[in-house]
This record gives sequence, structure tokens and C-alpha cells, in this order.
Amino acid sequence: MPPRKAAVAAFAVLALAACTTDKPAATTQSAASAPSASESAQGSGTGAQSKFFVQADFDAQLAMRSQTPEGPANKPWEQAIAPKMIDTAKYKKDGPYHLCFSNAAVNNPWRQVGWKTMQAEVGLHKEISKFTALDAEGKDDKQISDIAELQAKGCDALIVSPNTTATLTPAVTAACEKVPVIVFDRGVQTDCPVTFIKPIGGYAFGADAAEFLVEKVPAGGKVLALRILPGVDVLETRWSAAKVVFDKSKVQVVGVEFSDGDAAKTKSIVSDYIQRYGKIDGVWMDAGATAVAAIEAFEDAGLPVPPINGEDQQDFLQKWKDAGLTAVAPTYPTYQWRTPVIAALKILKGEQVPQTWNLPQPKVTGENLATYLKPNMPPLHYALCGCEDLPGFPEAWGGKKG
Amino acid sequence: MKRALPILVVLVVLLAAIAIVNPHFLEPAGFLAFLKRAAPLVILAAGQYFVIVSGEFDLSVGSLVTAEVVIAARLIDGDESATWPVLALLIVIGLLVGLVNGVVTTKLRVPSFIVTLGMLLVLSGAVFLWTGGAPRGALSEGFRTFGRGALGPVPWSVLILLAVGAAAIWLMRADFGKTLMATGDNERAAALSGVRVDRAKIFAFVLSGLAAAVAAILLGGFAGVSAQVGQGLEFSAITAVVLGGVALGGGRGSVLAAMAGAFTLEALFTLLNLYGISGALEFTVQGVIIIAAVAAGAVRLPWKFTPRRGDAHAAS
Repeated sequence: MPPRKAAVAAFAVLALAACTTDKPAATTQSAASAPSASESAQGSGTGAQSKFFVQADFDAQLAMRSQTPEGPANKPWEQAIAPKMIDTAKYKKDGPYHLCFSNAAVNNPWRQVGWKTMQAEVGLHKEISKFTALDAEGKDDKQISDIAELQAKGCDALIVSPNTTATLTPAVTAACEKVPVIVFDRGVQTDCPVTFIKPIGGYAFGADAAEFLVEKVPAGGKVLALRILPGVDVLETRWSAAKVVFDKSKVQVVGVEFSDGDAAKTKSIVSDYIQRYGKIDGVWMDAGATAVAAIEAFEDAGLPVPPINGEDQQDFLQKWKDAGLTAVAPTYPTYQWRTPVIAALKILKGEQVPQTWNLPQPKVTGENLATYLKPNMPPLHYALCGCEDLPGFPEAWGGKKG
Repeated sequence: MKRALPILVVLVVLLAAIAIVNPHFLEPAGFLAFLKRAAPLVILAAGQYFVIVSGEFDLSVGSLVTAEVVIAARLIDGDESATWPVLALLIVIGLLVGLVNGVVTTKLRVPSFIVTLGMLLVLSGAVFLWTGGAPRGALSEGFRTFGRGALGPVPWSVLILLAVGAAAIWLMRADFGKTLMATGDNERAAALSGVRVDRAKIFAFVLSGLAAAVAAILLGGFAGVSAQVGQGLEFSAITAVVLGGVALGGGRGSVLAAMAGAFTLEALFTLLNLYGISGALEFTVQGVIIIAAVAAGAVRLPWKFTPRRGDAHAAS
């Protein structure tokens, strides 16, 4: 068939392949030629620091990890690290209460587990007569109109889980004038909400995983870093903290790749690195959803799985136990979805709440794995849901009574 | 075979380029791993070839793959005994979606571009509604064997690929292939000479749906449940087919070349990855290939000469 057309297609392919050879070759070289990581940041193969990195926040989060939180030890969702309490007497009113919630989305397993947990928490409190929730489906514009709509519904308190930080700030600021506002998960750029609830944060997550690898991977060992995508603040903090840790260590980061959170892509990337380097000595991940795919890449290549981090998802924890991995799972606990409801009721009763409610952010380790692994829960369940004592557990979370 | 020659040359050049960067690639294990990874796309390209050569498009295969994997995980839910019934169901769903695409395109005279784009949206919307964005359930080990396991040293997906490839080549050599080619080349002429044009096209869509179902089984097996598994696959499949020199608009090109096109595309991605180029560029590469191939086809048209021996016209 058309020799001409085929020739053009061939040319296109070759041209593309050719024009891509120069720059990347340099990248590989810099990674390969890094003898030991004791020199500059470039030498460890981690690249330039993220523009999202804030040294003060990083230091604060890393310090918080070792602080003992205040509050009941068996209810981490009620605990707070170094709280600065504020007075809420001006919001005090008699029940029953109408709570409202503007949710960014329920489009991933983490948010689904959290959302179920929050609904169950609401069910515990008889003084909540009505709970109105609107799902913004991951769209800023919908969430802005959701927040406006909720203000007209006579809410006694408004809980907001912002879709993005900057864009939602004006909407939250406007709502603050009408009702007490509780923000959780991602923040907003205003301190008008009565309280902002979050786990310690992304720096602590990234550092927890990186420190584990630095400890377990021998000096000069090759570490592959897998990220979901660039430019998202909550993920950038995780990577930038890991970068700081790796730069100070003797491990060599041979690649930082983006997986789009796709299991097949993750598995292919890891397989390619195994082929290219023969051996990978550690895998760092900014989120655990595709950790099992990364592990399978080693299994399918017939290699032992190197030290790796995942997250507190059931499928990873199960694999960890079954395969006897050397692993760690920093968490971004879903139990934080219980706290806003508790906070709202405290505020409406005039009780003090922390201005920034820093929840503890435990990590799953080889020692405490057994307490978090629940084989009767579905693979995409998050272990740190704090939902075991809630009515409807485990069926409402997709688990089987066991 | 002769028509597949140019793309085969390109493929060999790319494979050699990969082997230079990564010598391990030439070992049986390395090469089999490549075949295994390429298998779903090659199968999808074979399915897409039937539709394209008949003069239509199938944009729905990517979201069909996603829907199939998500459905499989939800229905199997880790239960080994559900494996075979669910596999059968997936094949049926694939055939059914293809049938709907084909019937709406031919009987209702809606352009296939619109029909399958609509199907893409319907399926991805339905998946989102059903799962809320996060798939539930789990695939059984038995299900995953097809995409992950191997018979001795040879991965199952490679064996399945060989079977599908052989079937596709056989189909194009049979009467069906000739009528399909005639339909794509000149629908009116084919109809006037007694070809049941609608039936041929519907069958082509059904084959594409079937290919998507098989690809879904392999992809789900390879990496497990994911709501993004089929993302962009329709474009990869179309790119692969045009890269193989198959004319958009139908009537020209061989299925072997289309499958070689898929291998070439996969090899190109592997090469880009080996050079550390971000995956984001994959879409750009595909876009350039599609435009270049169509432009090349358009340039050639005025000089279109009488078909050679063994071509569709002669047969019908």
C-alpha cells in the first residue's frame, strides 16, 4: 500500500524519536552519574525543589509528629496537637441544630470512606435535627454556588471541604458573615472560619515515607519515586518533604515519575525501571492507591519487593501481610471526617475549639499492621476511618460481618 | 503482507533503538514483557481496523474497556467461582455495545462519529454514576491470570494476542473481509453489486466491541481495578490503525499493518519512556501521527490508481 503515506508516517515516527533524544539523555546522565548523594540537591537525582515548598510549614509539621496530642487516646478524631483554643460563646444557641455541608466531591475511595463516616457521625447526635449536604462533584464553580445556596437554607453551622484553596476563599469569606464556618481537609486563605481541621499534613506524610526508605535502603541504593501528578498543593508538599529527606541521605533517586494514579501505568513504569536498572532498591509513593500495582511489577519480574511505602488502604495492607513486605504506610486519616461534626456541635454549644485543629496522623508500621488490617473490609477501604464504633459498621462501608 | 512492509520496517527500527538503550529488551523475557504490554492495544487496533476499513469510527472502545473492568470487579468481588460467568458476561456486553453502535449507525443513519462519541459519554457517565468515581470490589486471581499469568514462559496475553491476530487475518481473507473492504471503498457500488452493506458494518462494530471486551480482560488482569484503565485508548487504537497505513474513510489497508501499527505505537511509547520523557507527550505524539497520516492520505488521493490484484474491487 501507499508507499508514500507509509513513508510519511515513518518519517513522523523517526522525527519524533530523534528530536527527543538530546534533552532526556542529559536527564538520565545526571541521574546515572550521581556517585553519592552527599553533594548538591541535583546529585541525589531529586531535581529542583517544588515552588509550593514552605520551610516554616515543613519544620512545623515535622515537629508536630513527635508531640503528644491532647484529648482521648482512643478517639484520635477528637484529639488535637498543641491546640490554641478560642472562645465560641458568641455562636451559642439552643438546639436542635441544622448542620450544612458543602462537599468538594466524593469521586475517590478516600472521600467515599470519609463521607460515609461523616454521615454515621451525624447519626450519633440526636441534637442534629437536619443535615443538608451538597456535593460539588469536583467543580469549583458548583461549590461556590452550593455554599451560596446553603446560606439560604437556614443552617446553624456550615462545614466546608474546599475543592481548591484559592478559588473557594471568597465564597467561604462571604459565608463566614452569616454562619459559623468549619473548614476541613484542604484549607482556605482566610482565618474567618471558626476552626480549620486537618491532619498534620503532606510534609509529614512525605517525610515519614522517605525517612523509612532512607533507613531501610542501603547507601547508594536506587530509589524510584512515583507521584500522581504535578502542581497539586497537597501532593507537592508530600514530594517536597521527601526530596528534602532524600537530598540529605545516601540513597540515589533514579527517577521521579508521574503515574496519573493509574494502576497499569504505575506497573509499566516500575517494570521499565526494573528493566533499565536491573534492580530497584526502594519505592517512594505520594499516595497509596497504586502501591499494589507497583509491588506486582516486582513480583511479575520474579524479584523480591524492595522497601516501599503505601497508604492505609486495605489492598496494600493485605499485600503487605501476605507477602511479608518491608513497608510503611503514612496516612491521611479519613477519621478527620468525624471531627467537623463534633466541632460544629461544640461551637453551637459555646464550648472552646482549637483555632487550627491539628489531628494526629499515625503511620502503619510492621509492628502495628495487625491492628489496622481488617480482612473483611473491601480492598479500597481506608483503615484509619475511625469508623469501627459507628452504627452500621462494617456493612455501610462495604465490609462483611466477620 | 506487502502492504504491511513499510510499518514493519519502522517497527524494526524502533525495536532496534530500544534494544540499543536497553539490551535486556532482546532477551526472551524482556521481549515477551513488551508483547504482553502491547497485547491489549494490538487487539483493540484489530477491532478498530474492521470499523475503520468499513468507513466508520469507533470512539467508544476506551470507555467500554473502563466499564467492563469496573463491572467485572463489582460483580466478582474477589469471589473465585464468579470468574467464568463474569468473563462470559463481559464478552456479551462487548458484543452488545458493538451491536448498538452498528445498528444505530447503519439503520438510523447517524454518523458513527456521533454514535460512538455518544456511547463513550453514556458509558463513562454510567460508570461514574454507578461507582461514584471510585470502583468497588476486586477481581479474582483466576480473572487476573489472563493479563498477568503465563503458560510456562509465555504470558497468556501473548497467546490470546496470537489467537486474535490469526482470527483477524483469517476474517479479512474470508468473504467477509472482501465485502467489508468493498463497503468501505465505495458503499454505493458495493450495495449495487449485492453486498449487504449494513450487515457488514454492524458486524465490524460487533468485532470492535468484542476486541474491547478482550482488551478489558487483559488490562484488568494486568494491573487490577482502576477507573482510568481505558482512558484515551480509543485514540491510541485509531492512531495505531492509521499508523499502519489504513486509510481513514475506509477501503484501504491491511489488518496485519494495523496491528503492526499498534506495536509500533507501543514501541514508541516504550522508547520515549526509556529516554525519560513524560507520559504527557504520548497524546501529542498520537495527535501528530493522526494528522500526518490523514494529510498523507489526502495528498495521495488525486493520483489514486486502479487497485492491484487481490483488492476488494476485483473480488466483488
